[in-house]
Amino acid sequence: MKTESRLEKVLASGALAVTSECGPPRGARPEKIKEKAELLRNCVDAINVTDNQTAMVRMSSWAACIIIKQMDLDPVFQMVTRDRNRLAMQADIIGAYSHGINTMLCISGDHPHFGDHPMAANVYDLDSVQLLQTAVKMREQGVFQGGKDIDNPPKMFVGAAANPFADPFELRVLRLAKKVRAGADFIQTQCIYNPDKFEQWMEGVRGKGLHEKVYILAGITPMKSAGMARYMKNRVPGMDVPDEVVKRMESVPKEKQPEEGIKIAVESIDRLKEVKGVSGFHIMAIEWEEKVSEIVERSGLMPRPEV
Amino acid sequence: MITAVRKPMEEIIACVSPYDRILLAGCNECVSVCSVGGRKEVSLLSSALQMHFLKQGKTLEIQEVTLERQCDPEYVEELVNSVDSADAVLSMACGCGVQTVAARFREKPVFPAVNTAFMGASERQGVWSERCQGCGDCVLGITGGICPIARCSKRLMNGPCGGSTKGKCEIDTDIDCAWQLIWDRLKALGLENRIEEIMEAKDWRTSRDGGPRKIVREDLAS
Repeated sequence: MKTESRLEKVLASGALAVTSECGPPRGARPEKIKEKAELLRNCVDAINVTDNQTAMVRMSSWAACIIIKQMDLDPVFQMVTRDRNRLAMQADIIGAYSHGINTMLCISGDHPHFGDHPMAANVYDLDSVQLLQTAVKMREQGVFQGGKDIDNPPKMFVGAAANPFADPFELRVLRLAKKVRAGADFIQTQCIYNPDKFEQWMEGVRGKGLHEKVYILAGITPMKSAGMARYMKNRVPGMDVPDEVVKRMESVPKEKQPEEGIKIAVESIDRLKEVKGVSGFHIMAIEWEEKVSEIVERSGLMPRPEV
Repeated sequence: MITAVRKPMEEIIACVSPYDRILLAGCNECVSVCSVGGRKEVSLLSSALQMHFLKQGKTLEIQEVTLERQCDPEYVEELVNSVDSADAVLSMACGCGVQTVAARFREKPVFPAVNTAFMGASERQGVWSERCQGCGDCVLGITGGICPIARCSKRLMNGPCGGSTKGKCEIDTDIDCAWQLIWDRLKALGLENRIEEIMEAKDWRTSRDGGPRKIVREDLAS
């Protein structure tokens, strides 16, 4: 094992891993993060904590991670490179690790344009690949990005994101290869609504042997309504929601649409379980954390392994 | 070239309204090429200001001068005679020109009439786009001649983010995805493999992050 990460242990055991996520509150409401995290107890192996998601200010990811850790659950510290430079990012990695947080996810983050502070400066001192390199270098070489030694280096199990559906499609496997080369231990993908295209991407991934170098967790987001399906299709950049999925959601009465969304999620998991190279699932139930245990249960992924 | 756009008329009026005599200084370089601060624009702004103040019952005396280059002290020296008979200078040059004038005439208020925008290139008549951020360590040789620092909204150095859609940037469909352009160009050059090479964390010292920059050419400096 490279780290003490529970997620690493589950993945190394060969079991399909399950992660989910919690968006921290937009205010000093620690009880909110506790409520959300409690809903995920015993049904996931680790809980991603988003970092100012959609470029809106929230409780800092590391602070929310500590709250989750204190509940004896396992947080995944998400870090975007949008909001702070390499000094602040490395400081936060050390700080989080000092509180027992041992798993993180390196992403570039949504552009401030999308959030409620579009006037903010965009930092991007590093990009997601360079942050990955930095976190891995801290662990493996015990040095900072700038080259100086670290006194007791943080040992993070380091993940990255991948969007198999964004353009240019032909570059998407190469971009993953780059993240693997940068040292990614695991990958969490964008929400999958187009499994055919995902499988096509996975074929490319296997073609390069990347599935043997990195654990890939397939992203699943249950849809609550036909409206959400249309929104995801038309408004969220880089999201691939085929017409038939929208039609399927529209084909049932409004009060039954949440159940239809869950069904689609469970069917997707069932199908993707069979795809060689898929090591688990990342279930992003946006403001719908209470449904995660049901999805995991219905997908036959309970109980979660003891490691 | 350095591009600029004229400030809103109200802002310019507010700057010059306390004065009776102003020197309106244009520049024949970049701002002239992007049609914002050359001889012609100086003349237009001068008329517009005079009209405005005439309506208010005030005569604003305006001297129009367009220098060859406002960022060069040698040319700024040409203002020596005219500046004496002005209460303030209104410059239509980029920020470099405004500062050169302000540094030369310390006791004369100097106001910018334009907002300096970016280093860009002309796409077609009347359209300019940002092309360079002056990072001080050019990567165009490895990115197929397209700059990810100036042209990717997140200045990503290692390929497109997950929001690249049909060749466009997620923040605005009028913006090309820089990494789509880079990828297309690398393919055209037969250099697809290059996309897999990691571009290491950039040393921003050569950029503005290293403090205000200066070039000293020993062979030329006097």
